[in-house]
Amino acid sequence: MGPRLHGDDYMVGANAAMLMMVVKRMLIAVPSLIGVVIVTFLLTRALPGDPAAYFAGPAATKEAIEQIRVTLGLDRPLYVQFIRYVGDLARGDLGNSLTTGQPVGYEIKTRLPASAELTLLGLMVSMAIAVPLGILAATRPNSIIDHVCRVVSTAGVSLPVFFTGLILIYVFYYLLGWAPAPLGRLDVFFSPPPHVTGFYLVDSLIAGGGEVFFASLKQLVLPALTLGIFSLAPIARMTRASMLAVLASDFVRTARASGLTPFTVIVTYAFRNAMLPVITTLGMVFSFLLGANVLVEKVFAWPGIGSFAVEALIASDFAPLQGFVLTMAVMYVVLNLLIDVLYGLIDPRVRIEA
Amino acid sequence: MLSPEASQPNSSPTPNPSPQGGGESTASVATSRGISAGIRIAPALAHNTGFSAGLRHARYILSENAVTGFAFALFLAIVLAALAGPYLVPYDPLASDTAAALKAPSAAHWFGTDQLGRDVFSRVVVATRLDFFIAVASVALVFLMGGLAGVAAGFFGGWTDRVVGRIADTIMAFPLFVLAMGIVAALGNTVQNVVLATAIVNFPLYARIARAEANVRREAGFVQAARLSGNGELRILLAQILPNIMPIMVVQMSLTMGYAILNAAGLSFIGLGVRPPTAEWGIMVAEGSAFMVSGEWWIAFFPGAALMVAVFCFNLLGDGLRDIVDPQRRT
Repeated sequence: MGPRLHGDDYMVGANAAMLMMVVKRMLIAVPSLIGVVIVTFLLTRALPGDPAAYFAGPAATKEAIEQIRVTLGLDRPLYVQFIRYVGDLARGDLGNSLTTGQPVGYEIKTRLPASAELTLLGLMVSMAIAVPLGILAATRPNSIIDHVCRVVSTAGVSLPVFFTGLILIYVFYYLLGWAPAPLGRLDVFFSPPPHVTGFYLVDSLIAGGGEVFFASLKQLVLPALTLGIFSLAPIARMTRASMLAVLASDFVRTARASGLTPFTVIVTYAFRNAMLPVITTLGMVFSFLLGANVLVEKVFAWPGIGSFAVEALIASDFAPLQGFVLTMAVMYVVLNLLIDVLYGLIDPRVRIEA
Repeated sequence: MLSPEASQPNSSPTPNPSPQGGGESTASVATSRGISAGIRIAPALAHNTGFSAGLRHARYILSENAVTGFAFALFLAIVLAALAGPYLVPYDPLASDTAAALKAPSAAHWFGTDQLGRDVFSRVVVATRLDFFIAVASVALVFLMGGLAGVAAGFFGGWTDRVVGRIADTIMAFPLFVLAMGIVAALGNTVQNVVLATAIVNFPLYARIARAEANVRREAGFVQAARLSGNGELRILLAQILPNIMPIMVVQMSLTMGYAILNAAGLSFIGLGVRPPTAEWGIMVAEGSAFMVSGEWWIAFFPGAALMVAVFCFNLLGDGLRDIVDPQRRT
């Protein structure tokens, strides 16, 4: 709540209020981050039996386990361990992966672009399908397109994401032969573009390699579509519901009565207002996407952080998993923060409420 | 998700139907009776009319909405498969027959056979019990943890509210599936921990709904009446508030059943929880995934389809139940 601004104060206070909102929202993210660090710390200490044995791996000798216990400080009291853990995190040290022998931080950093490229493209696919679908459904209630929207959004949440991926592979790779083999980011005949952003699509364009661009796009289509289908439902539902609400509002009635074309009414008047609740659901959509990402990466042998975590799970290698959970949670907190700030930028009312 | 306003019809200030029943309207007795008959202790006076009215309303909804009726029939089939699955199937779900490995669906093997020659149909049916058990157990557990914590937070307010809110916020800071992965990996790779992890990631949802529902009722007429007649706060919470929010919680439980099955199957797909050779839908899809690129689609397809049908059924059922309990929120 807080003080409300009226009349002339509005323009003067708007920028300051915006800044206040951003700062306030960032402060709200701090306890979340503290919570995340505590939970990821406790996760390792909750391991049944001896955590040192876990970190040392199944093949370690007794001496190796003892050595790990001392190097990790597991023989010290819990609060000392926690302080140590926070100190390591502050230096960006997430421990070492037993399977690859590399620092976990390095592994995650090199694999993150692959996951990010896939997730963002998946989000774009689902927005590109869900938003028009929701708008069409709302402008023609109880028409065929409305029923299609309802069926698609109910079926979308019912489809296990790994199952969708496998069906797409069967149809488009095995039966039709349109898609390349589901084996990673790039066909073996191509070499990855020089590293700039880590996104193959962007890097190949920067390097001017049209062939590499299309090759990596081909690899991306199926996994991105899988993620898109999975996250389509909440966006389509929300677009339809908020569009219905906006279309029934007074200002839309006035716009219609003033003789504006249906297109102007729907796109310029209704759509812009209806998108606000959709932006808020993006937080939930990202929670879905980041989780589903792990499963999709496994299905398509995608070399991102999700498959890194799954490999670590199979090898009972705990440090990478802990690093993975922490990275995902921090990314999610930051994404939510960005969504809220974006919302404030678009909707001035939020700024004033702040 | 649920705003306090949306739940108003259940706590609308109508004249008291009975002294024991407090300020609850007859309509809400009727609806809650229809859903959770036997769970709540309703005032004897309202019982007869309330129950039959609830049934009539439920029948009306079912005839209006054939989809809910279909979902209910599907639900009964799932329950039947879960209870009697092992006695119904033609083959032993674990018996391998390498001579008959990787056979396409036929009259002898309706869903074909897998790489070890096991009958996919038998495995899919038998797996229903485990998947259904995981879903029911985790939903019951999250209702006990999240539902009760939320009711207490909404009713008592103060530090109870702050602690519950803080726990919920911390869980919400994680992408849910990722947190579930971390919990199962840390606590140990067992089915019990899959149930626990699924319950924990759903905690915030239940806590928030229960909190909002309890909060709007904390000063309701029937609560004050109960307080004046000398009931303790805890007794009011358990005997007055909890039964009143049960219908909404039951709808939520039905809606989360689908998510719980998906979550558990996803975990076993990446090798957490259930281990081979146990028949479970997620792990069966994982085992069949390698054969998808070589054309043996049936190994992964049928368990995946079973998973999809089960989740679809729970989601439809949840929507249908919500229409009965809370017609205003119908979309």
